[in-house]
Amino acid sequence: MSWLRRTSVALVGIAAVLAASTACGGSKSDDDPNAKATLSYAVWDKNQVPAMEKLAADFHQSHPNITVNVQATPWETYWTKLKAAASGGAAPDVFWMNGPNFQLYATNGVLKPLDDGTDLSNYPKSLVDLYTVDGKTYGIPKDFDTVGLWYNKTLFDAAGVKYPDDTWTWDTFKAAAKKLTNKAKGVYAIGSELTSFQEYQYNTIYQAGGHVISDDGKKSGYADPATIEGLTFWTDLIKSGASPDLKTMTDTQPINLFESGKLAMYYGGSWDAAEFSTNGYTKSRVDVAVLPQGKKRATIIHGLANVISAKTAHPSAASQFVQYLGSKEAAELLAQSAGVLPAYNGTQDAWVKSHPEFHLQAFLDQLDYAVPYPVSRNTAAWQELETKYLTPAWNGQTDVATAAKQLASAMDGALADEK
Amino acid sequence: MAVLERVEVAAPPRPRRRDRIRWSEALWGYALIAPTGLGLLVFYLWPVLQTAYLSFTETGPFGGPATWTGLNNYRELFSDGEFGRATLNTILYTVLGLLGVPIAVVFAALLSRPGLRGVAVYRTIFFLPVVTTPVAIAMIWRWVYNGDFGILNYLLSLVGIEGPHWVADSRTALIALVIVGIWTGLGYNLVIFIAGVKGIPRQYYEAAEIDGAGPIQQFFRITVPLLSPTIFFVSVVSVIGSLQLFDLVYVIAGGSNTASRANPAFDSMETIVYLFYAQAFQQNDKGYGAAIAMMLLVLIVGLTAVQFRMQKRWVTYD
Repeated sequence: MSWLRRTSVALVGIAAVLAASTACGGSKSDDDPNAKATLSYAVWDKNQVPAMEKLAADFHQSHPNITVNVQATPWETYWTKLKAAASGGAAPDVFWMNGPNFQLYATNGVLKPLDDGTDLSNYPKSLVDLYTVDGKTYGIPKDFDTVGLWYNKTLFDAAGVKYPDDTWTWDTFKAAAKKLTNKAKGVYAIGSELTSFQEYQYNTIYQAGGHVISDDGKKSGYADPATIEGLTFWTDLIKSGASPDLKTMTDTQPINLFESGKLAMYYGGSWDAAEFSTNGYTKSRVDVAVLPQGKKRATIIHGLANVISAKTAHPSAASQFVQYLGSKEAAELLAQSAGVLPAYNGTQDAWVKSHPEFHLQAFLDQLDYAVPYPVSRNTAAWQELETKYLTPAWNGQTDVATAAKQLASAMDGALADEK
Repeated sequence: MAVLERVEVAAPPRPRRRDRIRWSEALWGYALIAPTGLGLLVFYLWPVLQTAYLSFTETGPFGGPATWTGLNNYRELFSDGEFGRATLNTILYTVLGLLGVPIAVVFAALLSRPGLRGVAVYRTIFFLPVVTTPVAIAMIWRWVYNGDFGILNYLLSLVGIEGPHWVADSRTALIALVIVGIWTGLGYNLVIFIAGVKGIPRQYYEAAEIDGAGPIQQFFRITVPLLSPTIFFVSVVSVIGSLQLFDLVYVIAGGSNTASRANPAFDSMETIVYLFYAQAFQQNDKGYGAAIAMMLLVLIVGLTAVQFRMQKRWVTYD
C-alpha cells in the first residue's frame, strides 16, 4: 500500500466519523402537538427533586404523549454543565434559570422567548421584570425567595437572650451576638458567610443605604461608603469573635455549623425551610424572624423561572410543560411538597401553612421593602470578582474599605466589557 | 482529569535490519495497527491541532464562530499574574510529589523481602487508594484535614500540638495536597517497583551477603542501581501526572463551597489545569483556556525531555 493510499484511507475514516457525529446532533424538530415527546427538565435543588418529579408525573397524566425526565445537577456544577451543553447546542429542553445568569443566556440566543400569550399578571411584577430583557420575556416565574433571620431557640434559651422579632435593629443584633457567643463550648453567634452574597452581604449593604450596582447597571456601588458599612457589619463580627474566622468557615460551611448547633443564628433564604424541616437537629430547634433593621429595612428578593431552550426539538411540548409549571395547580403542589414560595399570586399561604413549626410569615412580611437581586448583562463575571477581592478582607489580611474600592474598579472594568 | 500518560521508557531492542521484509507481512502489520492509529489521529492529534488553533482565537460566551486574535491570549496569559502563580504552584507540587518515588522504592524493597508474611494484605491496603475515585479520596481527606473537627488535628492535640487549618492556611495547603497525592499514588508505584525488585537475581544479594554487606548496603548498592530503569519510568509518569493535577485541588480547595476562591489559601493551591478549567469551562473563554492548555503541553514536553537527557547520568541498563 502506498503512502498516499494509506493516507486517503485514514481520511475517509475520519470523514465517516465526523459525518456520523454531526448526523446525531442535527435531528430535526417535530412541531406536531400530538407527537410523542420526551422532555428533559434540568434542576439543581436536591430538596425539590421529589416535588419536580411529582409535577412531571401530574403533567404526564393530562398530556399522556409527553414524558418529562427530571435531571438534577448539584448547584456547584449546574451552570458549568449548562454552559457547556448550551455551547454544544444540547441544552435541556426546559430548565431552571436564575436572575444573575438570565441576561447572558437570553441575549446570546440560548433561550426561547415566550410568544404564546402567557398571562404574566399572575406573577409579581418584579419577578416578571427580572426575566424580561429588550422588551421580551423569556421565563415564567416559578418561585421566589426572601432572606430571614433563622435562629436556634435552644442556644437562645441557654444564653438567656430573647428571641428575635421585628423590633430588632443592628444594635440589638450585636448586643445579642455578644451574649450568644460561647467560646468554651465552641458556639458562635453567627457565621459571616462569604459565599452567599444573596443571604449575607447584599442584605446589609442595602440596609446600610448602599448599593451593589447603579440603576442603569453600568457602575459598581462598592466604593460607596454606605456599601462598605454594609460589608463591615460582617467583618466586625469575625473580628469580635462572634463569627468563626474564614479558615473555619472554609473547612466547615456555616450552614453545617448551624445545623449542628454551633451557630446561634443564620441568615438564610426562604428555601432553607425545606432543608431545616428535614434535618433531625434543626427540625424542632429553630425558627425564623425578619432581618434586623439597619439604617433602613431591606431583604433581597429573587426568584427562579422555568425557561425553554431555543434549540429544543419539541418546542410545542416544552411550551405546554412550562405553561403547566406556571399554573395555579402546579404552584399549589409546589408550595405543599417543594417547600418553596410559589410565584403564582395568592398561592403563598399554602407554603406558610406547610411548615407550621416555623414562623414562615416572616418571609412574606418583608415583601414591602424587598430589594430586587442586583444583576447586569453578565452578572457572573463580576460575582466572581466579589469573592476574589473580598476574601483577603474576610481573612483579615486587608482592610475592608481598601478591598471594596479595588473591587469597585475591577467590577467597573467587567461592566464596561459587557457593551 | 489527571490522566496518566503511559510512557514507554525501556526502548525495545532495535530490529536488526533485514534485507527482505515480506510485503504481505508489512501489510498485515499496518492493518493491525490501523484501528489504534486512526484512533490516535482522530482523538489525539486532531484535538491538539484544534486546541492550537483555538488558542489564537476568541469565542463568544456560548462558543459560536471564533474570531482570530493572533497572540492576544498569550499576551494576556503572561501579563496575568495568576498564570505565573498557578505554574509555580504546579511545579512546586510536582517537585514535592517526586518524594513519593523514594518512599515507594523503600516500601517495595521491604515488601519483597523473602519470608515476609501477609504480603497480599499489605499490597491490598496500599493499592486501595488507586482504585478509589479521586473525588471520594479528596472528600475524605478534607475531613481528615478539617481544622476544628478533623482527626489529624485531634491526634496532634493528644501530643499537645495545635494543628493548623490544613487546607485553608496558605502555609500548609500545598503540602496537604502533596501528602494526599503521594498517598494516592503509592499503590500504583509499588506494583511497578515490586515487579522490578522481583526481577533482580537473588544471587547478587547472596554474593553480597558473603562479602559481608548488610541490608542497607544491599539496598543502596544492588536494589537501587538495578531498579534505576524502573525508577526512571515511574518518575517520568509521576511528573506528567503531577503537572495535570486538578481533581484534588477542585475538591479540597472548594469542598462544599460553591466558590473555591473564598478559600483564603486558594492562591497557593491553584494549578495550571485548575486555571484552565476555570477559564475554559466556568468562564467559557475557550480561546484563553486553549492557550493555557498549550502552555501546559510545552511544560510537559520540556520537563520530560530534560528527564530523558538526565537519565544517561544515573540510569543503568544491564
